[in-house]
Amino acid sequence: MRDKLTIKDYPLSEKRPELIAGQRGRKLGDITLDAMVSGEVQMEDLRITRQALQYQAEIARAAGRPTLAENFERGAELVDVPEDVIMQVYELLRPGRAAEKTALVEAAKVLRRDYGAAKLADFIEEAAEVYERRGLFTYRF
Amino acid sequence: MNRPSNRWRRYADWDNRPLRLDKFAAEDPKNGFSAFSSPADPKPSLTIEDGRVTMLDGVHEADFDMIDYFIARHHIDVAIAAEMMAIPSAAIARQLVDMHVQRTELVKIAHGLTPAKLAEVVSHLNALEIAFAYSKMRARNTPGNQGHVTNAKDDPLQLAADAATAVAFGFDEIETTMRVSRNAWSNAVACAVGAAVGRAGTLFQCSSEEAEELKIGMSGFSSYAETVSVYGTERAFIDGDDTPWSKAFLAAAYASRGIKMRCTSGAGSELLMGFHESKSLLYLEARCLCLQRGMGVQGTQNGGIDGAPVTATVPGGVKELMAENLLAVWLDLECASGNDARTTESEIRVGAKILPYLVAGSDLICSGFGTILKYDNSFNPSLLNGEELEDFLVLQRDFEADGGLTPVSEHRILELRRRAVEALCAVFEELQLGRPSKQMVESVVAASGSDETESYSPRDASLISQAIQDRSITVVDVIKALLRRGFREEAENLLAVVKLRVAGDYLQTSAIVRDGRVISAVNDPNTYAGPGSGYRVSEPRRREINAIRDELDQKEVLRSEALHEAAERRRIHYQARGNAFFSADAREVVIGISPAFGVKLFQTIGGHPLSAVLGVMSDAIAARGLKPRVVRFKHTADTSFLGLSAARLAGSGIGIGLQAKGTAVIHQRDRLPHNNLELFSNAPITQVEHYRQLGANAAAYALGEMPEPVVVPMRGQAMGSRYHARVAMIYAIETAMTAKDARPEEIDVKFLGRAS
Repeated sequence: MRDKLTIKDYPLSEKRPELIAGQRGRKLGDITLDAMVSGEVQMEDLRITRQALQYQAEIARAAGRPTLAENFERGAELVDVPEDVIMQVYELLRPGRAAEKTALVEAAKVLRRDYGAAKLADFIEEAAEVYERRGLFTYRF
Repeated sequence: MNRPSNRWRRYADWDNRPLRLDKFAAEDPKNGFSAFSSPADPKPSLTIEDGRVTMLDGVHEADFDMIDYFIARHHIDVAIAAEMMAIPSAAIARQLVDMHVQRTELVKIAHGLTPAKLAEVVSHLNALEIAFAYSKMRARNTPGNQGHVTNAKDDPLQLAADAATAVAFGFDEIETTMRVSRNAWSNAVACAVGAAVGRAGTLFQCSSEEAEELKIGMSGFSSYAETVSVYGTERAFIDGDDTPWSKAFLAAAYASRGIKMRCTSGAGSELLMGFHESKSLLYLEARCLCLQRGMGVQGTQNGGIDGAPVTATVPGGVKELMAENLLAVWLDLECASGNDARTTESEIRVGAKILPYLVAGSDLICSGFGTILKYDNSFNPSLLNGEELEDFLVLQRDFEADGGLTPVSEHRILELRRRAVEALCAVFEELQLGRPSKQMVESVVAASGSDETESYSPRDASLISQAIQDRSITVVDVIKALLRRGFREEAENLLAVVKLRVAGDYLQTSAIVRDGRVISAVNDPNTYAGPGSGYRVSEPRRREINAIRDELDQKEVLRSEALHEAAERRRIHYQARGNAFFSADAREVVIGISPAFGVKLFQTIGGHPLSAVLGVMSDAIAARGLKPRVVRFKHTADTSFLGLSAARLAGSGIGIGLQAKGTAVIHQRDRLPHNNLELFSNAPITQVEHYRQLGANAAAYALGEMPEPVVVPMRGQAMGSRYHARVAMIYAIETAMTAKDARPEEIDVKFLGRAS
């Protein structure tokens, strides 16, 4: 197993460029204007990967920022989640959007099952508990 | 008979000052108007059972509202909290200003403190201590700044030009928003292109509705987000249509798309929203900040923000804004430290507000500085705006403080503005979004604000915005369009910023891009430990900051004098006639001129030719039937001694001392050097007519009369600030020409082109 990254590896783009690639595996150094003109580089190549966010989480933790690391880990779990699903879950988490707890619990289940988003699922379940206790599952006119 | 006034009229003067437009609210904790403490604020307390927080600031677990719960579960570090809470607040306050206590140690303490405890600690500090602690505790070493780029018409061409301008002045981040919300995409493309002109690395955000802002980020146009607001009471949070979990989810969503993000909070928001629970502003903000750390956002935009104006109406409110910024950095969050919404109409209050931040430094001193004119700011006017940008540059120079900005030459700015507009026109044409006319381009390039432009209207921008959205145009399309039209450098710069999201280095705390490199609290941490440590303005940076426009130096003074020399040669001729002696002629008044008078210096500070001054004085003396006689002194350049020496040579015992810069004195033979008869010390406002009267009065004294002294009316101009640099340089030219034992010299003055 490899060692966790530390602040010595930061910034990754300078210190550890070999670890970094876009969504389709294209290395940082290969993301160039010319490659873009020829159509080889597309928007997908300009997206962060799950792995890169895990690395940033390790660096954040090494820098003494555990909560930031957890956010990066939740973010990593969302990398492969499509935008419309992200927006649906976000909307559901807003006050009064879900009529009852089960809607949030269901959303957590989907994230856990379809996208391997365990931390996010826990997080949403926690929200569901608190929302229920605080009476947020009520229709807002 | 006039009735006695019932008012000291000074109050009427005060009524007319801009300050009186500001309203001040009485302290009233019950109704939320209290900066630092309120009877409703809880006493700090924390109970941990089985590794779980069961009591937070007096609230039992069963009664936790959403915010209490989130803080208890996600902020409080239960491993250390009991120990940290046990440290007396005053002791922690002292550590905050103790340069021997490291930042990292204090950050650890904060992670074990409750909101009430955090608020209590900083309440022990006075304003200076808060500023000092802020300087010590802020996360990144190098200070930075953020600017607003918006305009009243949502005109994309102007946005591009103004974005490029902001980038040139050094803003690390630029933020736009719209007059008409559907124009978001047009604004985004325009600013992204403009920000790519001149240099790479300026981060850009398009402040709009939450979901849309995220979409714009995903399309690659914007690189950060900050309008993710949180609130300190549950009711305000719900009215803001979010919860800590929905906002934290949004934070994760931004991270998942490689977009930098910070939250927004600040005193006064709960007050304005009507759900303040009678708590103090500081306590509520402490809750917001603990929440943000718990959410795992890297930073915050706080310091009042939209609530800053109402906070500034409360006693201690401006100090509270500083205190809440301190809480943010103490909790180890990046801090975009407010100083945006204009809190006052008083320029004095503006300057006083910004100064602590400027000298302390901040991750982003303003969030944002209005880079455009006040009326063009779609966020509302900022504390500092386009009108006052040069004032800020000068403050940096005054205090040798790095506010993140750098003076730029007029020529360079014009070049960049044109380039930015042309680049955007090229993108619009390539992507068939529009064909701006030459006239539109020209009107925008030179415009100070949108009042002066003949360009796109808000409706035009809506059509462009809709097209960008409908056709799913991304930053890749824009980069390609730039490249096709030969804007290679701009294409490179834009790509460089989008590429940041692949590695995500700029997602770490307090990240900005300088010289193509990401610097953040990770690789550029603030390690202040007393004088000589922490951020220091380097010599090259100092020179950059100093290079404001129109600096005066002696070369410039001599150059401007040389311009007048030729004209003076045509008006007057000075002929030296050897040593000057006392004359017994009682009808004679001597005018003693200074060493450089008409030799190296040719006009007064007030801009009057020396020939004119000497001419009217001589005429006035002659008009009384007396004889003016000009003598040049070279042993002194001092006005009093010029006057006294002149008086001692004069048969009448009356002399005038006249320096080339226009300072003049009437002196009498037997008086003490500085006990003159009349003095014109304010040369800049002394008119030719005054010099004529001075000549007349000198003649009157010579005739034994007691004339009314000539008074040059002074209206309170800051003479020193306006003229002393020039005066000192001119006077140095005079003193350099003096010689200790030089004899007075008789001068024949011939006024050329005159009948006599």
